[in-house]
Amino acid sequence: MMEPKEIAGLIKDRYPTEVKDITEFRGQVSVVIKKDRLKEIMKYLFSTPELYFDYLEDLCGVDYAGKKDNRFEVVYHLYSMRHRHMIRIKAEVPEDDCNIDSVTDIWAGANWHERECFDMFGIRFNGHPDLRRILMPEDWEGYPLRKDYPLKADLGEMEWKGYKETIEIAERNKIYEIR
Amino acid sequence: MTAVAKELKTKEITISMGPQHPATHGVLRVVLELDGETVVKCTPYVGYLHRGVEKLSENRTYLSALPLTDRLDYISSMSNNVGYCVAVERLFGIEPPERAKYIRTIMCEMTRISSHIIGLTTHMLDIGAMTPFLYGFRDRERLIDLFEMTCGARLTVSYARIGGVRNDVSQEFLDKLYEFTEEFPKIIQEQYETLIDENRIWLQRTKGIGIISAEDAINWGLTGPTLRGSGVPYDVRKYAPYDAYPYVEFDVPIGKNGDVYDRYKCRMEELKQSNRIIKQCIEKMPRGPIMAPDAPKFTLPPKDKVLTDMESLIHQFVLITKGPIAAPVGEIYAATEVPKGELGFYIVSDGSGRPYRMRLRAPSFVHVSVLPKLCEDALVADVIANIGTIDIVLGECDR
Repeated sequence: MMEPKEIAGLIKDRYPTEVKDITEFRGQVSVVIKKDRLKEIMKYLFSTPELYFDYLEDLCGVDYAGKKDNRFEVVYHLYSMRHRHMIRIKAEVPEDDCNIDSVTDIWAGANWHERECFDMFGIRFNGHPDLRRILMPEDWEGYPLRKDYPLKADLGEMEWKGYKETIEIAERNKIYEIR
Repeated sequence: MTAVAKELKTKEITISMGPQHPATHGVLRVVLELDGETVVKCTPYVGYLHRGVEKLSENRTYLSALPLTDRLDYISSMSNNVGYCVAVERLFGIEPPERAKYIRTIMCEMTRISSHIIGLTTHMLDIGAMTPFLYGFRDRERLIDLFEMTCGARLTVSYARIGGVRNDVSQEFLDKLYEFTEEFPKIIQEQYETLIDENRIWLQRTKGIGIISAEDAINWGLTGPTLRGSGVPYDVRKYAPYDAYPYVEFDVPIGKNGDVYDRYKCRMEELKQSNRIIKQCIEKMPRGPIMAPDAPKFTLPPKDKVLTDMESLIHQFVLITKGPIAAPVGEIYAATEVPKGELGFYIVSDGSGRPYRMRLRAPSFVHVSVLPKLCEDALVADVIANIGTIDIVLGECDR
């Protein structure tokens, strides 16, 4: 078992230009990295015997619209079953270049998490085998978990096209209703 | 393919199982490409029950987001409550008092028993055993009655609070629960194990079906009994204990082969272990407060106090009109072991009274994603067995 600070130090030593920031809060350490060599760093974390992060606990996106220079962050929570330590990696994704490498070939479990992240934030994952919407309908427009997506509003033009169609079908089928 | 089939000019067909099907345990749609009776490709579709819980929580205060967590995994709502509260407590740096920790642990384990009973018996029903299903619902009813006795609700309990629990448990509750724990091992033995354990149909339908190796299971991110059935002793209660788990003794049952039968066996053993934990908790439970002293800063005071005590009335008024206190700036990931597996909450706080980002790592979501792997080259009937064995609730999967 390694202290999270130690792991963050190891990453910093090996990739000094990639690591932008290391923060600690309540014993959990986050390593903020640039997205370009993300896959290399992840491979390093996965395959180094003393780190051996074999289990991807969670992968999600965060929208920092107007709060940080780079709008999105993709957050990876890694855990090692063998050594029982964990680390949080945060990769920055700017809005105008909204894509990041997929880690599905390192952790198969990342597949659905990445699809969800794409569905909710519109971040594209390069090299993902099957990047489709997962929770929303396939013809949905807009990305619901972005901060500028309204929680409750008159959507007007933004309304989902399938909605009207569904209502129409229901109206047509009313004649079959048992009275 | 047999010679006859070749002559008969067969072709693959695609069938859609669900969204509404008795064996899909909710609104899950599985599209199967079949070659005869063999599954060539299996594609699960989720999202029919998507309610945007993450988005909703981001626009609510820390306290008012709590009832949303009930509706996720609605057959084990207490575990979700506790998971959420543990996460928020870690964010605020609050330590709940001992008694509250014990009460929560009891509730979590009661939830585990009732959830596993449903999971196991509906799985048995899918495979064709009706009797344990009926027995299971009868046994679960006793636990649900106990939930009702404590907090007034049977399904969506909203009982845990940030920094403790809503109200203390009564002596009558503890007595009844103790009575239950005394009888429960016999119930497991008589009603489930003798009926199912060596049942020939059950063995043939579950042994060697849906095998997943330990490495694969970890790589796919499986948790809970679904992972432990493959022989990985990973349990959040042991690895990163919360609440009263460090004070009680229990074993983590693991399987060997990682097939449907081993996962069934794991859940069965977990019932006994949960029973053991509840018993220890009742015996060890100390007296004392049930709310952390610094928690009332953002939790509503109890109703009876509001009606009699001026300060509590003012406190409630301020909380409702002005909103709760600000959270510290930071981010936290807290995982708890719910009946299905590891439930993780990732909360980013920007210093306001609302979570800036709340992410739910739902075990069911991950478990559904592994379904194509389990169903590779299996028969259609095994798809049913596989859906049951990963123990999913679609409310939690879609959030």
